[in-house]
Amino acid sequence: MVLEMIFAKYNYIIYITLMTIGFYGMIGKRNLIKKLIGMSIFQYSIFLFYVSAADVSGGTAPILLKEPAVYVNPLPHVLILTAIVVAVSTLAVGLSLVIRIYREYGTLDEDKILELSK
Amino acid sequence: METITSFSPGLAVLVSLLGALMILISGRRPNIREGFSLLAGITKFGIVASMIPVVMSGKLIELRLWDVLPGLPIMFRVDAFGLLFGLIASFLWIFTTLYSIGYMRTLKEHAQTRFFFCFAIALSSAIGIAFSANLFTLFIFFEILTISTYPLVVHIETPEAMKAGRKYLLYLLTSGVFLLFSIIAVYHYTGTTDFAFGGIIAGNGIPANMVILLFVTFMIGSAKAAFMPFHSWLPSAMIAPTPVSALLHAVAVVKAGVFVATRIILYIFGIDVMSETGLALAMAYVVAFTIIVASLFALTQDNLKKRLAYSTISQLSYIILGVAMLTPAGITGGMMHILNHAFMKITLFFCAGAFIVASGKEKISEMNGIAKQMPFTMIAFTVGALGMAGTPITAGFISKWYLLIASVEISQIPLLLVLLASTLLNVAYFFPIIINAFFKKPERELSYKEAPLFMLVPLLLTALISIIIGIMPDEPLALVSIAVQNLIGGT
Amino acid sequence: MITDHLPILLIIIGFFGAFFTPIIGMIRKKLCSPWATFITMLQFLISLLLLYNVLAAGNLSYWLGGWQPPWGIEYAVDILNAFVLVIVAGVCFLVSIYSRKSLGLEVPGKEIPLYTLYIVLSTGMLGIVITGDVFNLYVFLEISSLAAYALIALGGRQSAMASFNYMIMGTISASFILLGIGYLYVMTGTLNMADLSILLPGIYGRPVLLVAIALIVVGLSIKTALYPLHTWLPDAYTHAPSAISALLAGTFTKVGIYALIRVMFTVISPSYVIETVPVMSMLTWLAAIGILAGSILAIAQYDIKRMLAYSSVSQIGYIILGVGLANNIAMTGGILHILSHSLMKTGLFMVSGAIIYRTGIKNIYQLKGMGKKMPYTMGAFVVGALSMIGIPPTVGFASKFYLAWGALEAGKWVFVIVILLSSLLTAVYFWRIFENVYFGVHETEEIKKDEAPLSMLIPIVIFAALVFLAGIFASIPIEVIKIWVIGVLP
Repeated sequence: MVLEMIFAKYNYIIYITLMTIGFYGMIGKRNLIKKLIGMSIFQYSIFLFYVSAADVSGGTAPILLKEPAVYVNPLPHVLILTAIVVAVSTLAVGLSLVIRIYREYGTLDEDKILELSK
Repeated sequence: METITSFSPGLAVLVSLLGALMILISGRRPNIREGFSLLAGITKFGIVASMIPVVMSGKLIELRLWDVLPGLPIMFRVDAFGLLFGLIASFLWIFTTLYSIGYMRTLKEHAQTRFFFCFAIALSSAIGIAFSANLFTLFIFFEILTISTYPLVVHIETPEAMKAGRKYLLYLLTSGVFLLFSIIAVYHYTGTTDFAFGGIIAGNGIPANMVILLFVTFMIGSAKAAFMPFHSWLPSAMIAPTPVSALLHAVAVVKAGVFVATRIILYIFGIDVMSETGLALAMAYVVAFTIIVASLFALTQDNLKKRLAYSTISQLSYIILGVAMLTPAGITGGMMHILNHAFMKITLFFCAGAFIVASGKEKISEMNGIAKQMPFTMIAFTVGALGMAGTPITAGFISKWYLLIASVEISQIPLLLVLLASTLLNVAYFFPIIINAFFKKPERELSYKEAPLFMLVPLLLTALISIIIGIMPDEPLALVSIAVQNLIGGT
Repeated sequence: MITDHLPILLIIIGFFGAFFTPIIGMIRKKLCSPWATFITMLQFLISLLLLYNVLAAGNLSYWLGGWQPPWGIEYAVDILNAFVLVIVAGVCFLVSIYSRKSLGLEVPGKEIPLYTLYIVLSTGMLGIVITGDVFNLYVFLEISSLAAYALIALGGRQSAMASFNYMIMGTISASFILLGIGYLYVMTGTLNMADLSILLPGIYGRPVLLVAIALIVVGLSIKTALYPLHTWLPDAYTHAPSAISALLAGTFTKVGIYALIRVMFTVISPSYVIETVPVMSMLTWLAAIGILAGSILAIAQYDIKRMLAYSSVSQIGYIILGVGLANNIAMTGGILHILSHSLMKTGLFMVSGAIIYRTGIKNIYQLKGMGKKMPYTMGAFVVGALSMIGIPPTVGFASKFYLAWGALEAGKWVFVIVILLSSLLTAVYFWRIFENVYFGVHETEEIKKDEAPLSMLIPIVIFAALVFLAGIFASIPIEVIKIWVIGVLP
């Protein structure tokens, strides 16, 4: 029963697993770069959710066809394109911040930075 | 009751605000600055006095300005009671201005512009409180009064002064919060905050325990009146320059507190509610306790200003006691005492200030034989002290007489005894000062003289007036009786 | 008619302005700041016009590219939007005047990126407020957040780390919001707010909706710095350049609150979030704890900007409390407090910036004699602080009055006590400053007057004046807000 549900909604399981990993990376890791990696995983897990939720099995791309066919709603994909752009920009901002922090403190370990900035 | 619309109450408030502005602008030239201060004082009194005929003819003056919050306007309404307080505050401002010019200049105090500026604002708000037509307007001025008097209290800026200032704020802002709560609650239950002659609490279906709670929060809210146990800010605030103690802590601020308490008892709760719930009697006993205990405290003080402060706490409770007795005689006595106490206490404070300026002495134990050097001041002091004790032909006698009658009327013998005992206590804490000043020899030869004329003249005048009121109390009594008639209808 | 296109013009002008900033900067760097002022001024004027139109002619709906909603993106303006738009655009405009000197000193030579980001931030916030599409809301949220991260990082030595932490928190928040929106979309197939509000009642029973609401509420709570999710805020506000702190304090958290109100009361219906699911009562408790905790933490601070930041945490609590109590008085108070807090806090942060500009002092115990040195600036500070305490007749008093009354109306005595107690705590942390600024120096040497430059002083004084005017004539904004509130909470 439970197994069936897991298999039927495996995409959800995957996205939640990824999200947890990402969340742990952001909160649990002390290295700033690892935090950023966590952040990316976290964001992308959500994109996967969007894209997979919009999928219709056997559907095609919504291109004008002669006869009616099952097609996949393109809107989530479009939305996620926007979100990906946002995620990439966030990563860019994050990385440039990390560079500044490294120049300032000479380390990327959060604990050490906290000590240095006292 | 007939009401007429007029700008006078608004102008009366505005004139000292403008005065404050001019004081700030002309801060660099003391003569012009003080000129403005005096001018504002005189104009203000003129405006307030111009309302006497109208109010005496039994009409009300109203001015509704804009709504600050929807349904809660800034509104003034001048009735006999408000006018009485307004007259006292604005009239005494003139004297205090003269006196403070003398005081501040002789002592070469710093930050005099700030002093006169805050003084003017405080006066504006005192008048605003006097003429408020609803609790909301009253609260606005009440808070402005708190804030504007703070710089005056901490004027000397020593660590002790700052500490006293913090205490002052703690008490008054906290009480402000309680008052705000009560106002919101009243507005919530009744949909109005207007003062009405019969009160606004009755007939709104407010649960009885809520009425009691509200009364308690209201009374805490008027902690400016300094009745116990919310009194301890007043003695601490005596660290302020003497003119401040004189006008604000004997007249404007604490009187504002008493005024507010009276307004709340009579115009918000109303006589009926007060007597039905038994709150009036409870209040009467609380203040009776204050009268006695504060007098006992006064006995122990060696600092003259602090002794006067405790005396103020005790005397102010007379007013609330009178009002809480809810009989015409009691209310008359209470309201008259606002007037009488103002003149007597300001005289005493002016004298205390004169001692400080002329001799530098603040302690009673150092004042032996001071009457030889400063006879006029000491005579004025004696007049004030006699008034406090309620000696006939001084103003104090009139109000005390009415209070005694009222306590007999409602057959509360303990209250009668309290009033009599308090008279004795007054004698006990004032007369040693006078006797020592006149008859005891000083330890060393004294070399100082009377305080400057700027100070001497105001204090002699206020002493004189407190005798005049004692001999010819008809005019103020007429005003008070209008207020009482409005409240009770008839008599 | 051009006036029909006002909603989109608001955004277009912003992006156009941001795009041209580097080009203008290439001609002369000095021109960037006036350019930003010009653009934000246009946005402010458009916002005013929008408010006027909404009040005169009712709600506006603008279809982007003529695509009819729910397919196209809709910009929907009602009184709430228009009101918040005016606040946000007004603050952006006035702070931009102030920022020229302040940022010129604190972030020298970086005018081009600074003002580009400044305009992007302001436009992003306006976008959040004006849009009628939840996904669009997310996009604007990210646009403004990205600009904010970068702007904060332009501050002093520790700003990069503050910005980094903010970015992590901000990304979590945005991702939660995105996920919540995703769930809403999966359930209903639409992203348009108006459409969602029609379709959602059909699925009120489903647990997925609860998940979506939870995600969105948590996400927006981080954005608004609702206690205990406020941890990013103190560092960010303390280390950001002063003008940016002023801007963010006045607008950014408010925009988050706006989004919260919009989602809870327009997209999802009030009766659902109040009665069926106790989201609102949960928020009120957090807000109440936040009010007290923020005030107490503020008392513990000695850096003036950090103190103001903690005080923001407490003030945000007030707004959320008002919104969460969800009766029409408390709600009016809450929304009015958006205005009050924007005016007060922006003003106060600008004053702290002016002090830093003239003296470099941040510690409040070193402010001795500042009352004589910068009389007008400190005068404005006093007005702002009194308003924070809630002394009449300032605008802070008006909103506090409504909040306390609303709490009483709801029968929640605890909150009445919290609101009133917190005024006293606020008095404690501001009075320390007054004591230092005005008293206890008369015996030391004569202090020379050294007022902030006019371009900083004028906005400061305008804010102080507005705090006062909005307090005296508080019934005007209240009447406006009431129209919206009564429409939503009958």
